[in-house]
Amino acid sequence: MTISAQASSTSSTNRAVKLRYFAWVRERIGISEEVIELDEGVETVHDLLHWLPTRGETYAEALKQPDVIRVALDHRHADHAQPLAQASEIALFPPMTGG
Amino acid sequence: MSITPFIRVSEEDFHLATESSRLTAGRVDIGAVVTFTGLCRDEGGHLSALELEHYPGMAEEEIGRIAKQAIERWPLLGLTVIHRCGRIRPGENIVLVAAASAHRQAAFDAASFLMDFLKTSAPFWKKEHLNGSDGAWVEAKQSDDAATLRWKR
Repeated sequence: MTISAQASSTSSTNRAVKLRYFAWVRERIGISEEVIELDEGVETVHDLLHWLPTRGETYAEALKQPDVIRVALDHRHADHAQPLAQASEIALFPPMTGG
Repeated sequence: MSITPFIRVSEEDFHLATESSRLTAGRVDIGAVVTFTGLCRDEGGHLSALELEHYPGMAEEEIGRIAKQAIERWPLLGLTVIHRCGRIRPGENIVLVAAASAHRQAAFDAASFLMDFLKTSAPFWKKEHLNGSDGAWVEAKQSDDAATLRWKR
């Protein structure tokens, strides 16, 4: 049992992450959150913002100006060059307008 | 000794007098309390409501990080940040920052610093419902980004 459990955890090359969307990013994609498997090679925030649009038209529409999208990795703001590393929750949203 | 800020994100309204006494009750070392209240404007009669979306969890944590910076930077004796979410009508409260210190300058500066960074880095988004419309997301202002630059050192 131990052996098969180890095998299944190491054989999965694609990592599953929870994505969360807010404000008009959420409205344009059409859902507020989902769990997806990242493709190999999606290593940074920049990679993610350019890979997600390949998943469908709503993503392409929401992320057509990737430069304006803000991203948080596990509840912390991240710039686009930052590696996703082991982040388990990744949020995409427009510039903030609170206060 | 470092103080612990009081932070709340909820749909619930707040009361200035209650929040001010929360900071000062039973204390004799506080010489200044500066409060800032942000309210919902009706934009000349056009706006029927604001809808405030936020990122639960991160909103509280990010406000906590901004508050921590303020506490490290100024000799504060108390700090409160309350941000409302959900549907807010013209005339209602949106946000409260209250800073207490021995002397006024630290309290003024910390309250101003908190508001500048709340606007640009706390994960909240406003949607304006103009009379008879579905609503439109408020765009971030460059002047708000510029306001944070004055705190660089």
